[in-house]
Amino acid sequence: MKLSMWTYEGPPHVGAMRIAASMQGVHYVLHAPQGDTYADLLFTMIERRPSRPPVTYTTFQARDLAGSTADVFKNACREAVARFKPDALLVGASCTAELLQDDPGGLARTLDVPVPVVPLELPSYQKKENWGAAETFYRLVRAFVGRSPRPENIPANSCNILGPTSLGFRCRDDVTEIVRLLTDEGLDVRVVAPLGATPADLARLPEAAFNIVLYPEIADVTARWLKTAHGMPFVSTIPIGVGATEQFLAEVRALAGLPVREGLRRDRLTWYSRSIDSNYLTNKRVFIFGDATHAIAAARIASEELGFRVCGLGTYMREFARDVRDAAAKYGVEALISDDHLEVEAAIVAARPELVLGTQMERHIAKRLRVPCAVISAPTHVQDFPARYSPQMGFEGANVIFDSWVHPLMMGLEEHLLQMFRDDFEFNDGAAASHLHPQAPKPAAAPVETAPAGVIATWTLEAERELQKVPFFVRGKARRNTELFAQGKGIHPITVETLYDAKAHFAR
Amino acid sequence: MTLPDIATCAEPAPLRQRGQHEVFCGLTSIIWLHRKVQDAFFLVVGSRTCAHLLQSAAGVMIFSEPRFATAIMEERDLAGMADMHDELDGVVARLLERRPDIRMLVLVGSCPSEVIKFDLTRAATRLNARHAPRHRVIAYSGSGIETTFTQGEDNFLAALVADKATSRPAGAAAKLVVAGCLADVVEDQFARLFSELGLTGVVFLPGRDAINGLCVGPETRFILAQPYLGATAAALEARGARRIDAIFPLGAEGTSAWLRAICAAFRVDPARFDAVVAQPKRRAAAAMAHYRPWLQARRVFFFPDSQMEPSLARFLSREMGVALLEVGSPYLHREHVAGELALLPAGVTISEGQDVDRQIDRCRAANPDLIVCGLGLANPFEAEGRVSKWSIEFSFTPIQGFEQAGDLAELFARPLMRHAILTGGADRREAAR
Ligand code: SF4
Ligand code: SF4
Repeated sequence: MKLSMWTYEGPPHVGAMRIAASMQGVHYVLHAPQGDTYADLLFTMIERRPSRPPVTYTTFQARDLAGSTADVFKNACREAVARFKPDALLVGASCTAELLQDDPGGLARTLDVPVPVVPLELPSYQKKENWGAAETFYRLVRAFVGRSPRPENIPANSCNILGPTSLGFRCRDDVTEIVRLLTDEGLDVRVVAPLGATPADLARLPEAAFNIVLYPEIADVTARWLKTAHGMPFVSTIPIGVGATEQFLAEVRALAGLPVREGLRRDRLTWYSRSIDSNYLTNKRVFIFGDATHAIAAARIASEELGFRVCGLGTYMREFARDVRDAAAKYGVEALISDDHLEVEAAIVAARPELVLGTQMERHIAKRLRVPCAVISAPTHVQDFPARYSPQMGFEGANVIFDSWVHPLMMGLEEHLLQMFRDDFEFNDGAAASHLHPQAPKPAAAPVETAPAGVIATWTLEAERELQKVPFFVRGKARRNTELFAQGKGIHPITVETLYDAKAHFAR
Repeated sequence: MTLPDIATCAEPAPLRQRGQHEVFCGLTSIIWLHRKVQDAFFLVVGSRTCAHLLQSAAGVMIFSEPRFATAIMEERDLAGMADMHDELDGVVARLLERRPDIRMLVLVGSCPSEVIKFDLTRAATRLNARHAPRHRVIAYSGSGIETTFTQGEDNFLAALVADKATSRPAGAAAKLVVAGCLADVVEDQFARLFSELGLTGVVFLPGRDAINGLCVGPETRFILAQPYLGATAAALEARGARRIDAIFPLGAEGTSAWLRAICAAFRVDPARFDAVVAQPKRRAAAAMAHYRPWLQARRVFFFPDSQMEPSLARFLSREMGVALLEVGSPYLHREHVAGELALLPAGVTISEGQDVDRQIDRCRAANPDLIVCGLGLANPFEAEGRVSKWSIEFSFTPIQGFEQAGDLAELFARPLMRHAILTGGADRREAAR
């Protein structure tokens, strides 16, 4: 049993729903108790979808448990097929139904419904949402892509895009951005799946020369299978960030047999980040957490394109732990692989970042610690399904990223003035950056500043007062450095002198 | 307005259908209960689905200190490799260490914990032995298989009532218990009215803190402020309290009738009652009058959600002149809503339970002016060009009492006004009134 304040992923059947809801002509019959229909709201409210997701729930209740919940399930299947007339039927169980052991797959086979049935085995007590989505997509592709050999004479520039889904972080605009980029580069994008695809589209996947995996957590398994079964190569460089987009385009061009092209860069991030206004961003400490894809991409942008210093990098996706560890090694930090929100909170406290790039869940932590924060990855909420065009991928994605990551930071002028004049009645330590919400939270306590366990440090009153003159966003770091310094040198208590000695010692 | 004699009204036979229920489970009530009862912490014992439900609903707010969490059961718990009770003890210890300020820990049962018959009441007893009196532990079920949406609150209140440790020594029993979670402002208004009426010894259930307060005895009378409190009423009755029957305090009529029933039970002089309610009643009428033009003769269809539907429908039809097409409720407590049903116009379809696809068919065929439904259906209906009012808001908004009668009407009128504004069909000034 695990204490969970917030969960980074839903159960695996929510992943399956995301695939069903992404596609056309697929219906999902989910054996689940009354109440699990809450998941419809993810689509109708958070994503603001204008139609009900294609899911029929059996919604059994306690009184059904005495009778046959299997019959309830079979009825639901029959009625769903008759009413919605899908091209394919997914069947599966939610966590509660899994305990009943009704075997939806077996039951559906006995029904003889006039559509292909794809049974899902999603172990709810072991696996999670992304796994469920990946597995469902893979099962569907396997069901509709035959084993027959690929057609001959496939144009080398033809490709599919795999991975974008409903409820994926900015998938809607990423697809638009990448399809446009690829088309400009002379590529022929055939099938985009699962988002917007039909089962018939899945059957056409092998008719393209190669695949592009935009979201490995969803489509990696499928792309690997297509490679093994049909010899289709795939690109899995994720075009988030300017450098990554260039690399991505170069790889795609190479696969498509197109000549190398220089001068691809068409973004504003590069100049904005270069312009002197961004000077104060240099070496800002940033803590990054999210799904593996977005976290790795964010670290690269932060470090190479924005000049931040990555002080923490992690993911909640164990399946991609290796990739994140490799990336973290590049920045000299140890990767945090955890789906425990409290552990993430502890790591953020320890890393003392000046900016957190994370998920909706890190916003809770950042609020508590009063650190600026921007969302870079699912899980998200309604605010991160914006009306405006907001890709993360490609060159426009880089522009969006520049704006949204820099926004929460205090503007340069304000930061300078705060260091010079500390007791202004309007602009002061207790107030948040003035370009943000005027009533941004006041810190109840500032847990960032508590001493790490094991360090017993007494500060003279004077030194403590001097410490308060350090701007709040680096004060935590100053305190810690000073205490470490004092501990190392056996200094006790800490005086103003110690504070400045430590400052000189750690000068960056 | 006089109330018809309930006994002479033929009981309407509700339409009962079995199929997919598009409703929330009882866990959802944690979303408002954690705000009302500030010293309580709600720990769901369930699966990742339950955790996901809670955060999908509440996670749009940013919490520096969450007041609910889930103990997620894992493979090894189910395989019997781990003793579930030991595991739960570990989770509770970790939680209380992080949050020593929690005074009442509420264990909330879910579908998975109930299907495997994990006994949370026993767990609560055991945990109390370890953590009481510093942290009181109680348990209730919010599972989807047992409870629909607001029934979670019902089970929570029933558990509070049954929890003997919360009661004061005999002799201090409350005279009147007002049961059902009310917005703080509504509670304050009622408290003022009670004192003007000369009523003392009134206790609200739940109170703003979980621990202090409730003592019930044979001389206690109670009244329900919410229609979904079957188990709570039974628990109060089990401790000797007697229910005051009334319709629910929605709208001017409902609030008057509700207060009048209380006054009758405590023999308050009717003249005093009239004097006390006269002014608030006038205010309510004035406030409601703003919205009547928007609602008069509009045809409204209710999907089941919270069990408040019969009361809301009664308010709309009698005070706002609405024409009712169908009034769906997840469950009808015959005795508690008898008064409400008797006040609904003859011939209106009452439905209990749901087959959502068929109900959607009926709704489309009836082509209402306003559909009251959950968030899973609302946007899809809007996309069909229909106008909807999302029903969950009635659980999240102060709507009871005289001062809120206008606000309640406005909740129904707003989508219609908005529709008129956005489709250019309304004079902007008229709509924005
Ligand atoms: S919090 Fe807002 S967006 Fe989320 S479900 Fe509720 S109303 Fe919709
Ligand atoms: S209690 Fe039941 S219905 Fe509610 S979220 Fe948990 S499993 Fe689903």
